[in-house]
Amino acid sequence: MTDWKFMARQLVKNPLSLAGIIIITIFVVLAIFAPLIAPIPEGHRDPYMIPRDGYSATPQLPSEEHIFGTTEGQYDIFYGVIWGTRTAFHVGLVVIGVVLAVGIVLGSLAGYFGGVIDEVIMRITDIFLAFPALILAMAIVAALGPSLRSVMMALIVVSWPSYARLIRGDILQVREEDYIEASRGIGASNFRVIIRHALPNAIYPTLIMASLDIGAVVLSAAALSFLGLGAPEGSADWGQLTSFARNWIVGPPGNPLKYWYVVTIPGLFMLFFVLGWNLLGDAFRDILDPRLARR
Amino acid sequence: MELRSYIIRRLLLLIPVLFGVTLLIFGITMMFSPVERAALFVTSSRQMSDITAIIETYGLDQPFFVQYGTWIGQVFSGNLGWSKVVGMPVWDAIWAFLPATLELAIFATPIIIFMGIFLGTKAAAHKDRPLDHGTRVMAIFGWSLPTFWLGLILLMVFYGYFTGLLPPHRLSIQMDMVVNSASFIRYTHINTIDAILNLNGAVLLDALRHLVLPVITLSVTQVAFIMRLMRSSMLESLGKGYILTARAKGLAERVVVNKHARRNALIPVITVAGYVLAGMANGVVITETIFTYKGIGWWAWQSAVRLDIASVLGFALFNSVLFVLVNLVVDILYTRVDPRVRLGGTLQ
Repeated sequence: MTDWKFMARQLVKNPLSLAGIIIITIFVVLAIFAPLIAPIPEGHRDPYMIPRDGYSATPQLPSEEHIFGTTEGQYDIFYGVIWGTRTAFHVGLVVIGVVLAVGIVLGSLAGYFGGVIDEVIMRITDIFLAFPALILAMAIVAALGPSLRSVMMALIVVSWPSYARLIRGDILQVREEDYIEASRGIGASNFRVIIRHALPNAIYPTLIMASLDIGAVVLSAAALSFLGLGAPEGSADWGQLTSFARNWIVGPPGNPLKYWYVVTIPGLFMLFFVLGWNLLGDAFRDILDPRLARR
Repeated sequence: MELRSYIIRRLLLLIPVLFGVTLLIFGITMMFSPVERAALFVTSSRQMSDITAIIETYGLDQPFFVQYGTWIGQVFSGNLGWSKVVGMPVWDAIWAFLPATLELAIFATPIIIFMGIFLGTKAAAHKDRPLDHGTRVMAIFGWSLPTFWLGLILLMVFYGYFTGLLPPHRLSIQMDMVVNSASFIRYTHINTIDAILNLNGAVLLDALRHLVLPVITLSVTQVAFIMRLMRSSMLESLGKGYILTARAKGLAERVVVNKHARRNALIPVITVAGYVLAGMANGVVITETIFTYKGIGWWAWQSAVRLDIASVLGFALFNSVLFVLVNLVVDILYTRVDPRVRLGGTLQ
């Protein structure tokens, strides 16, 4: 597996991708140790709902008790962003996982068999790709009823077509290779040829690029939550937390930046999360680009 | 003649796609109860109070394809239903809100194109030097920025900290009154253009002040997108033989980069115009929501939050038709720009 070694070395050598790896690692640690970093208060039932400290409408400044302050309705921002890391990974991993599974099945069927199957699957992807993604997602969420679940389903519905197309293209490239012909010649079933021979030789680049789309997926989900179509009020979700900021952009006269923490903190977590994945993605794009020769 | 048959073929290919689009949209509506779906057929507020009669008239309890037939007939006659949020037919609402959004797009598009191409060219010409690294990091940052958060930060600084410098909404209250007064003729409903046509400097200045932040918010991601594309396209172009020739015959590096390399590098960038439009359509919803900038995106958001399904789906349908048509135009332009693209073959 010199390929993997080569890739790993390239990634660590490049300061940008190294930064990406470090950022993502930090977020993984935050997600795993969330219960230790932001302990669930005693008697609090759902850890993915932010515990409240009273019901006052005005956000409270950062203090020892709430190190990032509270939002209106006294939701603890620190708790929200830490547990929001888990929500982000949950949304990203589930959406990308399902989308890849659907994409691999439909893409390899279309690419391997060609003909009518290919035509039908590709025309269906055309229909979904005829919409600006977020707008179709918005319509689907509105139809399913706003919730984080609906957001995830909507993102799956709008994202699978591009992956199916990419994987179809990959399969098409290897379909005519000698080893495919050979395995068919010795009587391997179509299923076996696809699973054992076509897919492993075709899809690694697509798989890698897809897994790095987690950042983009989380960003779209956060946008929908921010718009009030996703996670319900008070859930530990970065987009939802940011929507609290809308009423507190401007502080009282004489202190216009008074509520900066409500506005900036959840967004910074979001920015760095997405940045981590994109830094890594950018480096991979260069490594996988066949036009940039290896030296 | 070759071109004409190509255009005709592409137009024919649009039919199944648009059929699928309407089927998908209608499929989404079918998740609703007949009462909610009735809004898709209503054209006036008077009808709104007589839902049961509408369910009967349009057969909202009939099988799927019968209902689809009724609905598509209505769509073709220009009836997209009733928008509860603004109390007018969906089609009228789209036209009423479109000028505001168009105004945003008029300012954002040149910024996206020129900034993206300029920065991409610069980065490629200085590959692996500090300028390249700098612009690349900026692009990755821009690409990763949550647009809605950027808008809030900009407001916090330029509306809060610099009190009222660059405010939300489309116009200040005073200027809104001027615009809606009898002496101000609204030719286009695009404030800046109307202000120029009415020779009203105060309105023009006020409209521009309100446009700065939304335009920035809308452009950042797209500039990063174009920049990244332009950079890799330039790098490919700079590696070609004709560049070596141009350099060998002693042309200034500036001429080589700006003329020989950039012209060829622009071709792939043109093809993504459709994606930029889609990105803007997505961005418009978020941007207009943050700045309470009452355009088509703001209306779509209001409709989505209040589960006004006729409006949301009308908006989605409108966007997809626009998107498909723009991509068609781009493909046709592509055959003009790049003589290597042969019209007979498959254009993939």
